[in-house]
Order: sequence, then C-alpha cells, then structure tokens
Amino acid sequence: MSTVFRSIVKTALGVVARRSYATQATSARINRKVDYEKTPILYKTEKVARDAYGLGSDGALEWQNLNQAVCNAMHHALKTDDNVILFGEDVAFGGVFRCSKGLADEFGGTRVFNTPLTEQGIAGFGIGCAAQGMKPIAEIQFADYVFPAFDQIVNEAAKFRYREGGVRVVMPRSPSQAKGMLISSILNCNDPVIFMEPKTLYRAAEEFVPRDAFSLPLDKAEILKEGTDLTVISYGQPLYLCSEAIQSLEKEIKGLSIELVDLRAIYPWDRETVLKSVNKTGRAVIVHESMLNAGVGAEMAASIQEGSFLHLEAPVARVTGWDVHPGLVFEKYNIPDVLRIYDTIKRTLNY
Amino acid sequence: MRPVPTPASATVTQHVYPVRFKSTDSSSPSYQPSVSQRDHSDSVNFPGALNSKFTSTMVFQNPAEKAAMSTYRIMDADGNIVDNTRDPQNAPDQVITTWYRNMLTVSILDIIMFDAQRQGRTSFYMVSAGEEGIAVGTASALEPEDLCFLQYREQGVCLQRGMTVKDFMAQLFANKDDSGRGRNMPVHYGSGKHKIFTISSPLATQIPQASGAAYALKMKRMIDPNVKPSISVCYFGEGAASEGDFHAALNIAATKNCPVVFVCRNNGFAISTASIEQYKGDGIASRGLGYGIDTIRVDGNDIFAVREAMIQARKMALAGNCKPVLIEAMSYRVSHHSTSDDSFAYRAKREVEEWKRRDNPITRLRKWMEKKGLWNEDKEKEARASIRKQILQEFSAAEKMKKPALRYMFEDVYEEMTPDLKAQMKELKRLIETYPKEYDVSPHEDGIKGLNQ
Repeated sequence: MSTVFRSIVKTALGVVARRSYATQATSARINRKVDYEKTPILYKTEKVARDAYGLGSDGALEWQNLNQAVCNAMHHALKTDDNVILFGEDVAFGGVFRCSKGLADEFGGTRVFNTPLTEQGIAGFGIGCAAQGMKPIAEIQFADYVFPAFDQIVNEAAKFRYREGGVRVVMPRSPSQAKGMLISSILNCNDPVIFMEPKTLYRAAEEFVPRDAFSLPLDKAEILKEGTDLTVISYGQPLYLCSEAIQSLEKEIKGLSIELVDLRAIYPWDRETVLKSVNKTGRAVIVHESMLNAGVGAEMAASIQEGSFLHLEAPVARVTGWDVHPGLVFEKYNIPDVLRIYDTIKRTLNY
Repeated sequence: MRPVPTPASATVTQHVYPVRFKSTDSSSPSYQPSVSQRDHSDSVNFPGALNSKFTSTMVFQNPAEKAAMSTYRIMDADGNIVDNTRDPQNAPDQVITTWYRNMLTVSILDIIMFDAQRQGRTSFYMVSAGEEGIAVGTASALEPEDLCFLQYREQGVCLQRGMTVKDFMAQLFANKDDSGRGRNMPVHYGSGKHKIFTISSPLATQIPQASGAAYALKMKRMIDPNVKPSISVCYFGEGAASEGDFHAALNIAATKNCPVVFVCRNNGFAISTASIEQYKGDGIASRGLGYGIDTIRVDGNDIFAVREAMIQARKMALAGNCKPVLIEAMSYRVSHHSTSDDSFAYRAKREVEEWKRRDNPITRLRKWMEKKGLWNEDKEKEARASIRKQILQEFSAAEKMKKPALRYMFEDVYEEMTPDLKAQMKELKRLIETYPKEYDVSPHEDGIKGLNQ
C-alpha cells in the first residue's frame, strides 16, 4: 500500500524589505536575509543542474519554483498511472499554494477533487484507497492541521504492513529535489510517505529542474558541500541559512572547510551518510526549526555519539527552536537564524 | 461476567458481576431497563431505539425526498417585517442603532485592515463582509457571563461584547497591549474580561471545548446555586462542521445535557470549496436532529431573526436539566476567505457583486431603520466618517507601539518557567549581547532588558 500525504510545512515568513512587520536589523552583517537569487543550494545555471542530475549537455530543463515542481511531479504521476489520484481541501481550483494548478481540468474531477474539510477523513480515505490498490496523494493543507489525522497515520497507515515505523517522512530542499522525491514517493515507493513541503520555498526557490521525470531515493541524505573540519546537518529551509553561515565563517577563517549535509529523509534517516561524515570531520552541528526537546536533532545526536564517539572532538550541538510554541511576534528570535548557526559552529570548532 | 482472581486461600473461582457503573444499578435514575422483546408488541425494545415501532413495509428513508428545513426570518431583504408575531423591538431604538453602528464598525474595520495587509503593514487579515449580522445579532442576545468560543470570522461578536477598536488593533499589530502577547496571527482575538476564549487556527477544535465549558457552567451551578445561569456559545462555519470534532462535540453535548448553543455560519464556502462539495445532506441543521438536538435554521442576513433565535435558544438551553441547541445561520461569504485568497479564482466576480448589492445584513437593518425614521443619509455619512476616523486613529497609535517584551516568548509555556527555558532565555540574551549589530531588539518593550531574569 502506498499513500503520499503531502503537507505544507509552516516555516518562517520569507522576509521582504517592504513588509514593515518583519524586518532585519539594518546593521546585520551575518544575520542577513537569505538571498534566494544567489544561494548555492539552488541550481541557477543549466550546467550546474545538468551536472547535479547526471544529464547530458542537451538534457532538457525547466526553470521552476517549488510549487511548480511539485505540480509537475504530480502531473507526471497522474499521467503515467491511472491509479494515481489527488485529493484534499481546495485542490480542485489549483490549491492554496498553486501546487495542483490545472490538474483537475486535465485529469477530471474523479481523479483530482476537493474533499470536505476533515483531515482525519482525508487520511483515512487515503489509506482505504491505497489498501485497495490505488496510489492516492492525500494533501493536508498545512502541517499544523495534520493532528486530527494522527490516529490514522500512526495507528493505521504506519501499521498496515507492520514494519518498524511504517511511515516515511521526507522533506525536499528545492524544486528539483521535490520533483524527484515526489515522483519516487508516488510511483516507486510502496510505503506510506509523508511528503513535507516548506511553504516559504514555494515561490522563493527557483531553479533549473530536469524536464523529464526522474526519481530520487527516499532513504538517502545528500552531501551538498564537502568539507573536513565540521559537519552541519539540516533539512528544509534552514539549509539556506546554514549555507549563509558557512560562507561567512569560511570567509572569516582561512582554510576552514565545513561539510553540509541535507538529511532529506527525516524518518527513517540515513545514519550511514551522517556517521561517515562525522567520523571524517569529528564535529557535528544539527539545525532544525522544531523545538530542542525530543526533536529530530536529539535522536541524531544520540546516534552520533553512539556511532562516532571516539571520533568526536566536541559535543554534538543542536541549533533549534527554543522549547516554546512558535509565537508570531517572536518568530525571528525563535527559529534558528544565520547568526545562531554561525555562533554554534564557531563554538563547536573552538571547543 | 468474568472470573475474578481470588486469594490463594479460596478453592473455587468466583464469578462476580462487576458493578462498576451506577447505570447498571437498577435503583439509579439513569438506569434504563433492557427488558427483552415482548411477543406481539408493536414497539421496539432494543436499547438503541426505544421509541421505534415495528413496520412490515420495507422503506429506505431518502433524505433527498424530504423537504429541506425552513429558514426562519422576521424581516425581508427590503427591511419589511414579515413575522408579526415576534416583536423585533424587544430592544429600544437606541440599542438597535448600536447594533447597526457595530455592524458598520466591523465592516469599515475590515476594509481598512484588508488594505493594510495589501500595503504590507500587517501580515494577515480576514474580512467578515456579509456576516456581520450573524455575529452582532447573536451576541446582542447574550449575557456578559456567557462564554464565547469563536472560529475566526466573528469580529462582530467581539465588538458587541464590548471589545474596543483599540483592543482589536493591539492584537492585529501584536503590540505590547495585546492580551495574547503577540503570540498569535492577526484576527486571533481573545478576551478574559469579555469571556471570549482566544481563537486558535485549527478548525472545529473549539466545538467540543464549548460543550465541556457548558458542562462546567452547569456543574458550578450545582455546586453553588447562587451562580447566575449561563451558557456557552460556539461559532463555526459549515466547512468546519465536516471535522470530526464537530460530531464529537454535538454528541457529547446532547448525551450530557450541556447548556451550549452552537451557531453555524453557513456562508456557502470553505476557502474554494462550495457547500455543494462540503456535504450532501440538508446543511448542518439536519445533523442537529441526528444528534437529538433542537435545531433551527435562520436567515443570517436578518439581524432580528438571528437575535430572536438566540434569545429563544438561550432559554431552551438553560431550562430544566439543560440541553444543547443548534442554530444554522444562512448567509453568503462576500469576502475572500482571507488576505491569502483571491476568490475570483474559483467564483464569478458578478456573483459576489450581486450578493453585495442585493442583500446584506447592514443594508437590511438600515432600510428598516430608515422606514422607522431612526436613520437617514446624513446619519449614515456621519457614522461612517466618525467610525473611520476612530479606527484610523487607533490603527496609527497601535502600529507605532512597542511589541511585547522578549520574556513573553518563554513565559506561559507552563505556569512556571522550567529550568530549561530559563537557560534558553539566558542563552538568547548572551547571543544578542555578543552580536549587538546582528539584532535589532528596539521594537520590543524593554529591549534586551526584556530577557532579564
């Protein structure tokens, strides 16, 4: 049985100068807003995109943002396999983030449709469809609203096959990664997948994406930048902040070389790649938005100290949200920013 | 009936009837005898349907064949009274004028704040155009001690209950005067003073809470009979009524006789999902019957009908052993779902314009008031001008005000700040002090001192 639950993850508002309620300190040198036009994480030239995905020099590419890439992936899935269906709140008119634009028109209301407003219903309905051989894509409009569906996900989807854990949770960092991972989730994976889409990146992240369908593994982390002195591990939007922090530090400290790992698969996660990296560098910093206590970083830190104990030169550090609910007006002090990542890396290097 | 493990000294396993619940005690008032089916009786004795009679005609009840529940109204779209049996003027002229001004205030506030979002001065807003009557009308029938649980499109309730424009602005701008400490997005109002529970984003979560709070009100009165009888009122849209929490809430309210009045704003849309995609049955009202709840459907654009229904519902809810009541108020969502929505992507602009022009609660009441000589064009102009001026003044003042102190990020997670949280607060302070150029804490009250312990 496979079901893909797509969930739109709430992340920090992309800061735009004209929005007076969300401004950065004008004197900030390190803690500047992410420039999505220049970040090395996105494939901004055709060559870089082709190299990344092993395409020949005339490999077809599209310039897309995250919601377009997600739409494209689902379009491919719907076109390729009659068993694929897509449903959720407001998907028929294109979706509140435009991720399903044009799909209902092209594939009809029997395959792409609105459900009534009920996440537990969407999840349960999806599980039932999948159990009976369909390949449903069940969209949860905002990750914050997934909780009524928790019983269905945890007690039903995860346990249907009775495998340890049972549900896969993945998060793409970019449009091209999203395309490959979503196609994989829908068509090549027989486990239920929770596919988490960082909302901020829908429009902000734009790059070249292979035009033809392709698959990416759902159980492998990826090394975005090789390094020797310290490993930074993160997933989703914080990767862009990590990249900025690393750039600042490498400019400041001559010869410094930091490795950046995109976890991609949150659960189950790729221990092998992470441990190999930390064994090489001897220092690890984990970055994620959700709170410190019992977060993804806690599990990783425990595993790293188990698997790399004798290689470690410093305690595994975590840069995360504080142990508080994310309050609106305090957002920029709560969600890890470039500065906190920079500071933590520096202190870990100097331990 | 299960064998109960006995002490080692016993030699025989005893069979014991577990008398765990009072209801199995036949002397208890809640105990229903389940005498088995008598021969030749035309009444069903199955405990699940004790009021049913046997039939030998096989009929599937087809809900589509039943007439839809009627929609109660007192005043038509032109402001003429059509139900003469209920006197809409169980309120003095001055009070009715206040309702009108409140609806007008909501409508002008909505326009100003929507534009403010488009200008980048606030992050988010939700307009309640077309639904001001439901909010102000129902709230006008409540007592100050009644509890309010809202969804997000009931700013008229807040205003009618006594929240001021200044209170609204404090929340909208997340400034230091916000009782919610800036933690919530705009329109997530709350007021302890006015007994309005703080709005939370997930839909329908407030509905079972309203049932529980109503039960608590009933219990408090059992403990102390001098407590004034009060109800809880719960608002939600027809879309939210698809959530599991709605069903749980109504069922518990009915089985436990909770004095709660549920008000469903059926405005025809849940973001882009029209009600034809939201449900197949006869609206939300038909569900009330399914749960054994007294239900009425009203014309939401008729402030008199809405108010009268609430007056009566409140009485019914508090009578005897109490019970829940469901009011389904029909209306049309003139506004976009929110500032993040462009509804012309899924509905014709002309449809919206027609509704705006043809019928809304504000113009209906205005027509009635003008016919009675209580209102005229000059009064309208004056009211709009003075309301607008007041709103803009509060807007300006609120926008300039400091944000809540940084300590409020760590407080109220628990009643007492944990050692972990104290350590994290200290760490944040260290970071900001180490890198003063990288942070601008001046917008927050007390600045960096806001992190002192």
